[in-house]
Amino acid sequence: MKASLFKKIHTKVIHLTKATCTLEATGVGYEEMAIVDGKAAQVVKIAGKQVTLQVFEGTEGIRTDAEVVFLGTAPTLKVSEELGGRFFDAYGDPIDGKYAPAGKAVETGGPALNPVRRKQPFDMIKTGIAGIDLNNTLVAGQKIPFFADSDQPYNAVIALVALRANADRIILGGIGLSNDDYLYFRSLFANTDRPEKIIGFINTTESPAVERLLIPDMALAAAEYFAIEKNEKVLVLLTDMTLYCDALSIVSNRMDQIPSKDSMPGSLYSDLAKIYEKSLQLPSGGSITIISVTTISEGDITHAIPDNTGYITEGQLFLRRDTEIGKVIIDPFRSLSRLKQLVIGKKTREDHPQVMNAAIRLYADAANAKTKLENGFDLSDYDKRTLAFAKQYAQKLLAIDVNIDITRMLDISWGLFRKHFQPEELGIREKYIEAYWEKATEPEGEDDVLTDENVMLADTSFKQRNKIAPKWQ
Amino acid sequence: MRTGKVKAIVSNLVIVSADETVMQNEICMIRLGQIFLKAEVIKVVGKDAYVQAFESTRGLKVGDEAVFQGHLLEADLGPGILTKKYDGLQNDLDKIETIFLTRGTYTDALDKDSEWDFTPITKIAETVRAGSWIGEVKEKNIPHKIMVPFLLEGEYTVKKVAEKGRYKITDTVAVIADKDGNETAVTMVQKWPVIRPLKGYKEKVRPYKLLETGIRIIDMMNPLAEGGTGFIPGPFGSGKTVLQHAIARQAKADVVVMIACGERANEIVEIFTEFPQLDDPQTGGKLIDRTVIIANTSNMPVASREASVYTGMTIAEYYRAMGLKVLVLADSTSRWAQALREMSNRMEELPGPDAFPMDLPAVVSGFYARAGQVKLVNDAEGSITFIGTVSPAGGNLKEPVTEATKKAAHSFYALSQQRADSKRYPAIDAIESYSKFLDYPELIGYMQQTISQNWKAEVVKMKDRLFKGHEAMEQINILGDDNVPLDYHEKFWKSELIDFVILQQDAFDAVDGFTALDRLKYMQEKVAEICETSFRFSDYEEIGGYFRAIINIWKQINYSLFQSEEFKGFNRQLDELLNQRKKTNESVPV
Ligand SMILES: Nc1ncnc2c1ncn2[C@@H]1O[C@H](COP(=O)(O)OP(=O)(O)OP(=O)(O)O)[C@@H](O)[C@H]1O
Ligand SMILES: [Mg+2]
Repeated sequence: MKASLFKKIHTKVIHLTKATCTLEATGVGYEEMAIVDGKAAQVVKIAGKQVTLQVFEGTEGIRTDAEVVFLGTAPTLKVSEELGGRFFDAYGDPIDGKYAPAGKAVETGGPALNPVRRKQPFDMIKTGIAGIDLNNTLVAGQKIPFFADSDQPYNAVIALVALRANADRIILGGIGLSNDDYLYFRSLFANTDRPEKIIGFINTTESPAVERLLIPDMALAAAEYFAIEKNEKVLVLLTDMTLYCDALSIVSNRMDQIPSKDSMPGSLYSDLAKIYEKSLQLPSGGSITIISVTTISEGDITHAIPDNTGYITEGQLFLRRDTEIGKVIIDPFRSLSRLKQLVIGKKTREDHPQVMNAAIRLYADAANAKTKLENGFDLSDYDKRTLAFAKQYAQKLLAIDVNIDITRMLDISWGLFRKHFQPEELGIREKYIEAYWEKATEPEGEDDVLTDENVMLADTSFKQRNKIAPKWQ
Repeated sequence: MRTGKVKAIVSNLVIVSADETVMQNEICMIRLGQIFLKAEVIKVVGKDAYVQAFESTRGLKVGDEAVFQGHLLEADLGPGILTKKYDGLQNDLDKIETIFLTRGTYTDALDKDSEWDFTPITKIAETVRAGSWIGEVKEKNIPHKIMVPFLLEGEYTVKKVAEKGRYKITDTVAVIADKDGNETAVTMVQKWPVIRPLKGYKEKVRPYKLLETGIRIIDMMNPLAEGGTGFIPGPFGSGKTVLQHAIARQAKADVVVMIACGERANEIVEIFTEFPQLDDPQTGGKLIDRTVIIANTSNMPVASREASVYTGMTIAEYYRAMGLKVLVLADSTSRWAQALREMSNRMEELPGPDAFPMDLPAVVSGFYARAGQVKLVNDAEGSITFIGTVSPAGGNLKEPVTEATKKAAHSFYALSQQRADSKRYPAIDAIESYSKFLDYPELIGYMQQTISQNWKAEVVKMKDRLFKGHEAMEQINILGDDNVPLDYHEKFWKSELIDFVILQQDAFDAVDGFTALDRLKYMQEKVAEICETSFRFSDYEEIGGYFRAIINIWKQINYSLFQSEEFKGFNRQLDELLNQRKKTNESVPV
């Protein structure tokens, strides 16, 4: 970050920690940006004449007589159409070797939206993935994370969802992205129909950890510009929010705050809510949908990071490897889309809610049967049927590489019901049984559709990815 | 004018060096360029007032001026509150024109220019005191009483009362005088410091009447009484908000105060959007007409979360003093506790368990104690029923907020992750949950009169069946289907029947979502009848198959309007299935 507008210069640093530096200064505004020895910093505490700065790149090499310049504003981003197709760092400076875009400077991390100016989300996002469209339907204006262990192909999955989502703009907030994944996103996104559709704010593992704190606000300031001023449907990808939280804990720790659960700051909930609540649907048609990644450790969702996230977001999508079919699936038990009830059975076929629930219940029965089997007990006839159902259900619907229309998903579900069960074992309303049972046919083939993208997802190794040109839906 | 100067800033904690005296919890306004930020004094050390700002402090500087206001945080009380959408500080959100809530914007809670048809109740020379009814205006479908200001102490004599007619809220509608002849003009609007309980009643009485919610697992198994308190703890996504919204739609209350405290904006938007469309069967109006919303969503300033629950409760107390049944719902009280924790940590106070402030249990119980059934000064009755949700970290119920609340509330509706995962909604754990009202003779008497003489006995039996079913399931899981007596399978399936038919309820279905008391009685009796039948099955697969079929028909019944042709048809099918079995039973030797 460059100090373009020189203001006051101070040179008396009185206290240094790994992430903060304290000096004597007056006339400084809270949350104001500053440059310390050429490094970007922000005011996090003022006590009389003593001002504490959080230094994003870390404080190594800062001398007690360092030059400190205050910039007079909180972090800002220059917003305009020129952001389209460009990649930036955490300060909004270009990293793609091109010119710095002009535009109106807006403060990032701005105020909350007036709730009465929102519109209830209504616009379904189709992804072709049944684990999402059938069981956890997404709606524009929603905020939802993928919970994934670090070995799962979460970045490939969110990229795929983004490309299929029919958004006007995709804004990638890369938080501690590996360089390989960054390059993967860039090459994948380079092939879209409109290059200006993509914008990136990137902090890679090679850049300082504390800088990550700026990424979500930058991405969302750009998103607000396109959604509110241009009425666009904006999709924001934030990956990986766990690294964002880690950066928060570093700073709060350096400021001697009392940590709460899992060494996270006590304000974690509010900090995350400020980001996720930027998702919106406006009456004018503009919307911001946030799809994020929260990596978790061995499926533990009680850790403070996924726990606080789950309390804020509108559901979560859980990636899990199904050993039975050898593929990554979206786990129907722990995944949830809280906005699905706004669209299912209304924008989709009437039987959608009941079919979805019945299938998940049967899948749960299969899980019980599996436990019995593992404990060495005999299986009843019903148990055996649920197991057979579950395998096909995972293969034909839950697997992440499925790409079909929702009506087809419902038809496949009916086909599987009819193949394995009697109508009275479903607990589905009779009027739907009358309408769909007789028509149901057994779905043929092992896999419904196999596209290049699917191959990419089935193969979780990163090698192949850069070569794949995604199809535009 | 008492002023001070900003001395230090950390997030929303500001230390102001005061020039003169300050009062604990006094409101002060801090000047930031062209705007003022509202803040509240929360601690005083020497000349230093520690204030929590209700707005972002970005850009604030040492030396900025603060002006102390001489009063605590107050609510404006008067006609026009119903249907309003307020933030935690009672700003009317509809009056804020902008898309964003820019700080320093404050709007009137009431509509100054609106006119109301006033009818006097009191007469000249009558003796009145705080809370006495002076007159009445019709607010939506509610007879809104205009009352002697609650801040007044002692007895007054009515000197003048306005005639029947249309008045603005700030017009004088009565003049009253104390014993020394000092006159006070009474208008339709009054103020109250939200942190103090607004009493204005003669005495509290024990709750005795069921607050009908239409939710079976609550009304039948763990009833809530009017004037009672309940809380709903549960991990994220287990259904706290859906349950509270269902209660807000269905409960037989006159006024509903919904406090969204640090939760999602879209959940409030759902209320804004849906309640104006939904009919209130009790009044023929719309649901929004009896509702007031306090929306302090999670991205709004943290300090206002505390204000939001107190503001909501104060509004409820005001309506209770009119002799109304008020229901207050707060989602989630944990966010308020977290706001207290953030502040306490910033002030570097000695932390209690999980870094929450030491006095958390006292704060929680003080708040729950503001609910209750009361007898007013004129012997009319009013009530506040309060239900709060709790969001325990990691879903672990052994944490300070849950534990503090457990001590304060009458009923406990624990949501279980496991039930939510298997989509058994509402995910209330029937075995863990309880209602102390099940032991209130007053309520038992009421239920026996309104539902059935056997109500209590049947509830106890049903809970017992659920418990036995759960035990049987554990045994089956340990020993295997084949290695337990058939009786275990039967016990298990009977508990599954109760679970699927009574406990599970589709909140999004118009018919299944609400069960009236007559239907509840029918269900209780019919399910009990099945559970009491001892079936003589020959093997466990037969038991599972048979009960799956029964449950399937019951589901069809639950989706049909009570006593409709469809309902009767499925009911006949159920009877046939039961009779068939009885015949088989007779042919099987014991
Ligand atoms: N009674 C119900 N019937 C059907 N679905 C339900 C029911 N209760 C909850 N759900 C489902 O569970 C989802 C989550 O419920 P809800 O939002 O009430 O959870 P919560 O406990 O309030 O979570 P949080 O603590 O994160 O706010 C709902 O969006 C809905 O899909
Ligand atoms: Mg909730």
